[in-house]
Amino acid sequence: MSAPSVAVEPREHYLNVDYGIRSWLLTTDHKRIGVLYMISITVMFFIGGVFATLIRLNLMTPAGDLVSADTYNKLFTMHGIVMVFFFLIPAVPAVIGNFVLPMMVGARDMAFPKINLLSWYLFVIGAGITLYSIVVGGVDTGWTFYTPFSTTYSNTYVFSTIVGILFSGFSSIFTGLNFIATIHKLRAPGLTWRRMQLFLWSNYATAVIMILGTPVVAIALILVAVERMWHIGIFNPALGGDPVLFQHLFWFYSHPAVYIMVLPAMGVISELVTTFSRKRIFGYEFVAAASIAIAVFGFLVWGHHMFVAGISIYSALLFSVMSYLVAIPSAVKVFNWTATLYKGAISYRTPMLYAFGFIGLFTIGGLTGLFLAALGVDIHVTDTYFVVAHFHYIMVGGTVMAYLGAIHYWWPKMFGRMYPEGWAKLSAGIIFIGFNVTFFPQFLLGYLGMPRRYHAYAPEFQVLNVMSTAGASILAAGYLLPLIYLIWSLRYGEIAPANPWGSTGLEWQTTSPPPTHNFEETPVVTEEAYAYDKHPEMEFVA
Amino acid sequence: MSHSTEAAVTHPALQAPYRDLDQQRETATLGMFVFLLTELMMFGGLFCAYLVYRTLYLPSFLEASKHMDLTIGAVNTAVLICSSLSMALGVRAAQQGRSKAIVLCLLITILFGCAFLVLKGVEYHHHWAVHEVPGINFAFSSSVPLVNVGKVQLFFSLYFIMTGLHALHMLIGLGLVTWITIAAHRGRYSPAYHNPVENVGLYWHFVDIVWIYLFPLLYLISRMHT
Amino acid sequence: MWTDFPLWPARAANFADKVDPLYLFLVAVTVFFSAGIFLTITVFAIKYRRSIHPQAEQIEGSLAVEATWSIIPLAIALFIFVWSASVYFSYGAPPKNALRIYGTAKQWMWKFEQADGQREINELHVPLGRDVAVTLISQDVIHSFYVPAFRVKMDVLPNRYRTVWFRPTRTGTYHLFCAEYCGTSHAGMIGWVVVMEPADYEAWLASGGEGSLASSGEKLFRHFGCISCHRSDKGARGPDLAGLFGREVHFQNGTTTVADENYIRERILGPRPPDRQVAGWQRDIMPVFRGQVNEEEMLELIAYVKSLQQNPLNVNPNAPIPDEEQRKRNPLVEPEVVRP
Repeated sequence: MSAPSVAVEPREHYLNVDYGIRSWLLTTDHKRIGVLYMISITVMFFIGGVFATLIRLNLMTPAGDLVSADTYNKLFTMHGIVMVFFFLIPAVPAVIGNFVLPMMVGARDMAFPKINLLSWYLFVIGAGITLYSIVVGGVDTGWTFYTPFSTTYSNTYVFSTIVGILFSGFSSIFTGLNFIATIHKLRAPGLTWRRMQLFLWSNYATAVIMILGTPVVAIALILVAVERMWHIGIFNPALGGDPVLFQHLFWFYSHPAVYIMVLPAMGVISELVTTFSRKRIFGYEFVAAASIAIAVFGFLVWGHHMFVAGISIYSALLFSVMSYLVAIPSAVKVFNWTATLYKGAISYRTPMLYAFGFIGLFTIGGLTGLFLAALGVDIHVTDTYFVVAHFHYIMVGGTVMAYLGAIHYWWPKMFGRMYPEGWAKLSAGIIFIGFNVTFFPQFLLGYLGMPRRYHAYAPEFQVLNVMSTAGASILAAGYLLPLIYLIWSLRYGEIAPANPWGSTGLEWQTTSPPPTHNFEETPVVTEEAYAYDKHPEMEFVA
Repeated sequence: MSHSTEAAVTHPALQAPYRDLDQQRETATLGMFVFLLTELMMFGGLFCAYLVYRTLYLPSFLEASKHMDLTIGAVNTAVLICSSLSMALGVRAAQQGRSKAIVLCLLITILFGCAFLVLKGVEYHHHWAVHEVPGINFAFSSSVPLVNVGKVQLFFSLYFIMTGLHALHMLIGLGLVTWITIAAHRGRYSPAYHNPVENVGLYWHFVDIVWIYLFPLLYLISRMHT
Repeated sequence: MWTDFPLWPARAANFADKVDPLYLFLVAVTVFFSAGIFLTITVFAIKYRRSIHPQAEQIEGSLAVEATWSIIPLAIALFIFVWSASVYFSYGAPPKNALRIYGTAKQWMWKFEQADGQREINELHVPLGRDVAVTLISQDVIHSFYVPAFRVKMDVLPNRYRTVWFRPTRTGTYHLFCAEYCGTSHAGMIGWVVVMEPADYEAWLASGGEGSLASSGEKLFRHFGCISCHRSDKGARGPDLAGLFGREVHFQNGTTTVADENYIRERILGPRPPDRQVAGWQRDIMPVFRGQVNEEEMLELIAYVKSLQQNPLNVNPNAPIPDEEQRKRNPLVEPEVVRP
């Protein structure tokens, strides 16, 4: 493997090879597509964040009189739709995965570069249609679109929102397809499955979920749209339809979807923990196998969203025990990451801080999942703020932190610049604190009995709600800082060397930023991943 | 750089990021299989809904199924199977590098595909004429008293959605077959490179197989119960 | 704001004693493992930081360690599963002698009817120490009946009766919330459950009510013309309903079912499919009442049919056949006898 190169003056790389707008909008370079995705999902994240801010502001007072009930219902619906479909699902795979995955396998590009571009356009069109729906009046069904409310009773723009989501779903399917084909077929000579970096294993498992699950929610939503238009009765009890059937079809995807959101994040953590401990991962095979196990078991637990919805006691028992089983591989990963730190040479750079944050918060979030899997407890806490707290711990405390860690880690690779370390550490700290102040009180609110999706609430819940809103303002500040300093660093940041972290990862064995074709010569892989003991020459140079 | 036969290195059909035609072919075929898997899951959701409602409302479903046009359904099944035959022969011709034969076989496939869609259109029109289209003009009257109209409507809803989605896939398939017919006519395919023909063939066969499941579930369930 | 700041929900029903210990155990497990991970990471991050530990020691892994930390969490998880399943079973089916209350949920209110006719909107009075079973149905979308103090929650569906039960263990007034998003005033679909001492409850019952559910049902039984066919005399055109509720019903094709609330509702609403033709009656000539009977009336009719358990049909067999006006309402009511 090549030694890290020192920064040299103007040479051609993927960013400066052509500055024209057409070269960006018609690119098939996976790196440019990754950057395009990054811009798009950042926009969607902040739009979703605005909705969240309004929600939390409204919940400062029990009467909830900041916005009307209908507006509030639209706010939480659109916050959910934008964040789930247009931020969390694509964030790590479509931004980081697209950029880094071909380089990690030693390829010149994804298996299907044009489909990759198509994938981005589908995302943008979907986002556009959804934003249109929001602007012309919004949708108020909840991101879960339960029938018969969504099919018969809602008076909002359900149909167009569903179309927007369908586009994003197809975008997701094509991304997954590309990942699977690339990992199977485009690996460099010598890169066997067991030598692959764990980010690849995680994204592979994610891609399998994307291609198997997304089509089912597509059909579920198509049926809602058709029913809304033509009242065919498929979910309408008066005509023999069953509204609970929708829930089955919806959750069959939407539960695995949360693993789409968290598995790539876990892959990022594996990369960060190894690089910043200068160590092999503890239990490589177990972490890789755990990714696959999560993907498989994740398809078998959807009924745990429906324990009080009217499913039989026997199916409830089955879904409950499966939900416990799916927790085990996640626990194994947490233990393995922690064990990797043992006797490592640990650095406190910002990406590593985000990794620490992820491991801690994901542990809490995951353990609170056990409460929900427990049939006896779920009856009390389902549909309350306990669930809201649980999934925000995993999605925000987990996925968003991993995404930020990934952005900081691969920022030098993407743009040839270092981010300002002081500001980055400060932001990470603010985010960590803000996050916990926002969401921990919601566990307490949940057990006290505050239902979710309430624009107004019983007065005794106010103290905890005010605390949560205060935390949200801290969190918002924390998120704005990286937006500012990362953009600043594009122009004024320190020029990055090719491999500032001294990482053994294949993507670091080329320049930063890389040339369009990634590697001057196709790399040949001769050893397993994270072989830091074999490369004492690899050093931090940043 | 890569080591492969000279022909593959300079082959005009080789695209980035592949190092040789073999890798490109294998990857494209894998991609098509994965895509068909997603299609299977999509139709699977509909089959699941069908399964649930048929189990709950068998008598209404049987009664509704009697109103399917068995003749058109059977002819369409035969048409599709023949189109898969001509498609397979087209793939064979591509493997053997016989461009004229490819074009002929694919044109026959297109013909059969169009015949299917025309017959389907006739069938849909008939259903519309006798008020069997849910949401548009559904008014079911049957000689069997007291069959639940709502549940019969459910059958017809599933019928239209499932066969409609299938017909949409047929239409896309026709577009794909047309595309490779034109390419074959221009001599693009050879024994060394004919993967697009194979992959479109895979897609076509998949759409055919979906129909093979739709036909008995929608048209034949009442026949064995009389 | 600061005076009313609970950190634990009220405990007012039997289930709270089962759910809360399990919850606390889960909290303990969570705290144990979270603190464990937090501390371990902190200790390792400090003890092995680069500045004092620049050389990492490569450790590939250990099967024994992996097995340990897979099997122990699995055992804990399964233990929790078994415990929670047993708590779940205790929710099960309502006990036989439970006090029956009926209710409908609609956008955006709860309507309850007690057996003797007491009607309430958004309030539910129940007696202390007795098993109470609440049977609910929705008139529109999916709602959810949630009483946090009872640790009880059940989705309320359109077109399907579901029953939830509990035994209040403490008097007081407790929140009732709708817990399944149902539209504009979802947050306004709330009320109170009032647990009273048994004596107070009886007094409250006696003070109001427009006649029992069953007696309202009897009025409807005449009003819709049911009485014209469902009699106990020889000329009856329909089955005698005495003792029907809870009994097994045989169909012509050999299948059977039990006559519960859902069955009665299905029969009344119709249309009735041919494979549900009651044995002993050749043709189904009962009118279709779908669209004519609303959910509250349905509950009253069912209460009436239930009341025919012990007593034979306590309707005057010589009561007049429906008059012209009623026949106009139900054009399918045939005035001539058609013997099976």
